[in-house]
Amino acid sequence: MNELVFFINNVVIAGSVTGSIYAIGAIGVTLIFSIMRFAHFAHADIMTFGAFMVLLLTTAFPAVGASIGVPTALIMLPLAMLLTAALAVGIDKAFYKPLRAHGVKPIVMVIGSLGVTLMLQGLIRLFSGTGGQSLYVDDRKEIFRLALPFEGVRAPIVITEPQIYLFVITLVAVVALHLFLNRSRLGKAMRAMSDNPELAQASGINTNTIVAVTWVIAGALAAIAGTLLSLDVTFKPDLSFFLLLPIFAAAIVGGVGHPYGAIAGGFVVGFAETLAVFNWNVLLRPFRDSLPTWLELPSNLAFVGTEYKIVVPFFILVAILVWRPTGLFKGKVI
Amino acid sequence: MTPLIEVQHVNKAFGGLHVINDCSIRVEKGSITGMIGPNGAGKSTLFNLIAGALTPDSGRILLDGEDITSLSADQRFHKGLLRTFQIAHEFSQMSALENLMMVPPNQAGEHLFNTWFKPALVRSQEAEVRRRALEVIEFVGLHHVRNELAGNLSGGQKKLLELGRTMMTDAKVVLLDEIAAGVNRTLLGDLMGNIERLNREMGYTFLVIEHDMDMISRLCDPVIVLAQGSVMVEGSIEEIQNNPAVIEAYFGTDAA
Repeated sequence: MNELVFFINNVVIAGSVTGSIYAIGAIGVTLIFSIMRFAHFAHADIMTFGAFMVLLLTTAFPAVGASIGVPTALIMLPLAMLLTAALAVGIDKAFYKPLRAHGVKPIVMVIGSLGVTLMLQGLIRLFSGTGGQSLYVDDRKEIFRLALPFEGVRAPIVITEPQIYLFVITLVAVVALHLFLNRSRLGKAMRAMSDNPELAQASGINTNTIVAVTWVIAGALAAIAGTLLSLDVTFKPDLSFFLLLPIFAAAIVGGVGHPYGAIAGGFVVGFAETLAVFNWNVLLRPFRDSLPTWLELPSNLAFVGTEYKIVVPFFILVAILVWRPTGLFKGKVI
Repeated sequence: MTPLIEVQHVNKAFGGLHVINDCSIRVEKGSITGMIGPNGAGKSTLFNLIAGALTPDSGRILLDGEDITSLSADQRFHKGLLRTFQIAHEFSQMSALENLMMVPPNQAGEHLFNTWFKPALVRSQEAEVRRRALEVIEFVGLHHVRNELAGNLSGGQKKLLELGRTMMTDAKVVLLDEIAAGVNRTLLGDLMGNIERLNREMGYTFLVIEHDMDMISRLCDPVIVLAQGSVMVEGSIEEIQNNPAVIEAYFGTDAA
């Protein structure tokens, strides 16, 4: 039983955490792709920007949360989402819109977004410093230990407060996005534009509005992902940047341009990562006695070492592209 | 009477290529005006300029006396200027019926506020739009494929759907870009019948680019002949067909 608890802590919870972050990030990437048809590499740094805004606001008003009993950072999140959405729209106006107006190829937009990445990273580092900072400025990170009521189970299931918030907020965000895309006319207009931009315009859909709405959604989601990630660990100016490639892998695995695919892709990649670095020795140890004597269990039985975790998403990516080139869901259109 | 569409001295060049040269045309209210011309005469460019997909280098475009030169395509749509595409466009992942339901402008559901706070209003309007879409789909004869994904329709059915799209809103004028291209003869008959009915019964004005001379001669009066980016002749179909300059433009000097 202790082994099962170990599995839940290290795979089920850890995988869901990573998967949720990847999923929220990948939704933004995939929406931007389906509307503007380019891979937005600056997305991870927009996530960092969101987390940084939370850090600034929390440092400025550290005591707000204590009065209600939630972490201050969480109260600041909606404000940071607004600021990040505004930043995303601003970046589009300043950098991507002029490029679009010239009708450049998507690859030029991609390189442009790389430039925005470097610029954002530099700016954030300039103000935040290079070290890590906790988003829990005045409050304490709660850690819940759920002891299981079974005989002989000593280890509790461990889940932290930010992880619970992460699961709840991810769920809310996904449901809200689903309702938006399928129920509201603005959402339908987005689907229409991703399907056929020319016809959308000839049907009276203002494509500039749709582009702006896309950036607002992507920016707000990025702020959520960046903040919840930084809450779970600590804020670092390059923390989200290292997730850029897995997030893209998730978007492609799910079928790029497909938001539900991005969610599925996020969890596939997240769980694959945690399963790959999980030490299977722990689960096999109880059966040690029934194994043949010549078979000795090595103390570390993970598929890859933690240092090679970053390889896993790409292994999945290649496998999916070979087996199903359009991704898990058929992509391109929301 | 002010013409419904008036193009005044419009120029458009792509790099060094002058596609439209000081072109002026008028489309009278209630007419089905045809536009023909040899390949490369600038028909589609002129069309895109009128619809707002391109902006002219100089000159003005008026809709019912109002200058619309600087308006975007979606703004022109809201003024009642609609278009179809030479290669049929459709939202391939939506059903034929949903394609039509995308069109009506200013639905309450377009505003986020209403979708969350006034669901009843949005629902009643959706029902109204659906009723109209069903009427239109009946009119253009696509009732049997209404729930089919638009991407799976045949080329001719997509063209009918394009025509249906223009009927979902109170259009002043509809630009038809080679609507007969790739449509089989039976469907073409339906298509022309529908265009005539819309024109006669519902007062639609059409500007039609067409290669199919049967269709031009049955539907259009007057007909504008475009060559090298400006108007060569304008008149009834008989006048055009007997005009030596037109014959020369189409068949070269030897044939004339």
